Amino acid sequence: MIYDMEYETLPREALEAIQLRRLQTTLQRVYATVPFYRRRFDEVGFKPSDLRSLEDLRRVPFTTKQDLRDNYPYGLFAVPMENVVRIHASSGTTGKPTVVGYTARDIETWATLMARSLSAAGATRGDIIHNAYGYGLFTGGLGVHYGAEKLGASVIPISGGNTKRQIMIMKDFGATILTCTPSYALHLAEVAHEMGVDFKDLKFKAGLFGAEPWSEKMREEIERKLHLSALDIYGLSEVIGPGVAVECLEAKAGLHIFEDHFIPEIIDPNTGEVLPPGSTGELVFTSITKEAFPVIRYRTRDITSLNTEPCLCGRTFVRMNRVSGRSDDMLIIRGVNVFPSQIESVLMEIQGVEPHYQLVVDREDNLDKLTVLVEVGESAFSDKVKTLQDLEKLITKNIKEYLGVSAKVKLVEPKTIARSEGKAVRVIDNRKL
Amino acid sequence: MRVEQISVFLENKAGRLAEVTRVLSEAGVNIRALSLADTSDFGILRLIVNDNEKAKEALKANGFTVGKTDVVAVEVEDRPGGLHRILDILRKAGINVEYMYAFVQQSGDNAVIIFRFDNLDEAVRVLTDNGVTVINGSKVYTM
Repeated sequence: MIYDMEYETLPREALEAIQLRRLQTTLQRVYATVPFYRRRFDEVGFKPSDLRSLEDLRRVPFTTKQDLRDNYPYGLFAVPMENVVRIHASSGTTGKPTVVGYTARDIETWATLMARSLSAAGATRGDIIHNAYGYGLFTGGLGVHYGAEKLGASVIPISGGNTKRQIMIMKDFGATILTCTPSYALHLAEVAHEMGVDFKDLKFKAGLFGAEPWSEKMREEIERKLHLSALDIYGLSEVIGPGVAVECLEAKAGLHIFEDHFIPEIIDPNTGEVLPPGSTGELVFTSITKEAFPVIRYRTRDITSLNTEPCLCGRTFVRMNRVSGRSDDMLIIRGVNVFPSQIESVLMEIQGVEPHYQLVVDREDNLDKLTVLVEVGESAFSDKVKTLQDLEKLITKNIKEYLGVSAKVKLVEPKTIARSEGKAVRVIDNRKL
Repeated sequence: MRVEQISVFLENKAGRLAEVTRVLSEAGVNIRALSLADTSDFGILRLIVNDNEKAKEALKANGFTVGKTDVVAVEVEDRPGGLHRILDILRKAGINVEYMYAFVQQSGDNAVIIFRFDNLDEAVRVLTDNGVTVINGSKVYTM
């Protein structure tokens, strides 16, 4: 089902003409209103009026997550606060989250993109959407919510957690579309099974799952256990939130990027060079309709490739393949971004603890499990068991407090963490995706 | 009146204890008394040896985390109620025993128990005031 027939099926030429016009406008606007972008453009001698073709975008400098942090909280906003009607933030980093803002029109755009996404999953006005994405600063919950309302469907704003109650509500309210993270979908299946509820007896026909990487194997498992069509949805708060790209029910092969609002590029993460079509590299986005928080060549750090083949569904937008990894060492644990450096700073704050650590991630019962191995040096060591257990508890507590994730802390002997070329291997990801 | 004890951090996995005894044996260090405290993840091995410096050096050279603590060696009469008498003295004085373990050797007719106290000096004073024999480090290492 195509929500925006006109835009979603635009011939390539017409689409590119729209992109170019919108890109020019956006570059002019950020140059005029955001000192950061003016400085960046000036540094490389780029004037927005220099942009004559989409190819010229390559001359524009990248924006990174660090730039967003450096301009915390409102430094990259391109409109006065009186025009900002909503603020969201990424799940948090070293104390400072990434803050993004929306004008009323941005919210409208976002709702439209989510309405398109829900339609791509087959949702219509007659559907009941069980939205188990978290509501709050995280864009997942409210993003889906507004899209569902825009579509005219009925939305159940259940948010995350309280799983048994969710199962009861699913059963009683007769929801037909499920939206949540893929790992939570599998968790729902398990809890339902324990409760003696069979998804076969529920009314779900499709689900949009995103906010964390997942695999084809996981799709099969979700579809088998939940008796619905499982579709991948992609988005990030820096660009807009969920609904940057979505799979279609017809093909289930790659996510259509809503190119009338975002220009994707694939670059070599090391050199920054734009790669030829079909290459695998880091995904970069430029938003071309955002008012409050436009991003110019934002490096997502997600590794993927683009597919320009025509799609069964009739949409002409390019498709991005599943995200296969990250160009940095960021981990996504149960939807929360975790950088090894954040764990390091937590450890450094604890007296006597040396920053020799390793993160081990496993997926148990479909939930991510983070174990932090910490080497015990002489200054942290004690001959008393209680002292060491208190140390484990303190590290666990601080990680939870600063990063928002629960981790199991395990003290290990010095030098047990493998060091290759003098550099420790910081992350062991055992999740089979 | 203090006895120096060394402690070693051990990950809870097969062969780690044997690694400690191998290192000590190769260094020619004799173990006088030991205790192992364990949790599901790690263990702490506490040792009284005949040559602390040599033991520490050898263990550290093999990558172990080694700590040093002063403990007290006390003579306990080898008869029913012998240990209770000592513990009762400590209880009355309000001194908490962090942990304790038995010595392999006897001192004459008495057993020897190693105690770890938070307030070591106070504990030694109370014990000696009550006529309990506290054994010197130098004597313990060579008993």
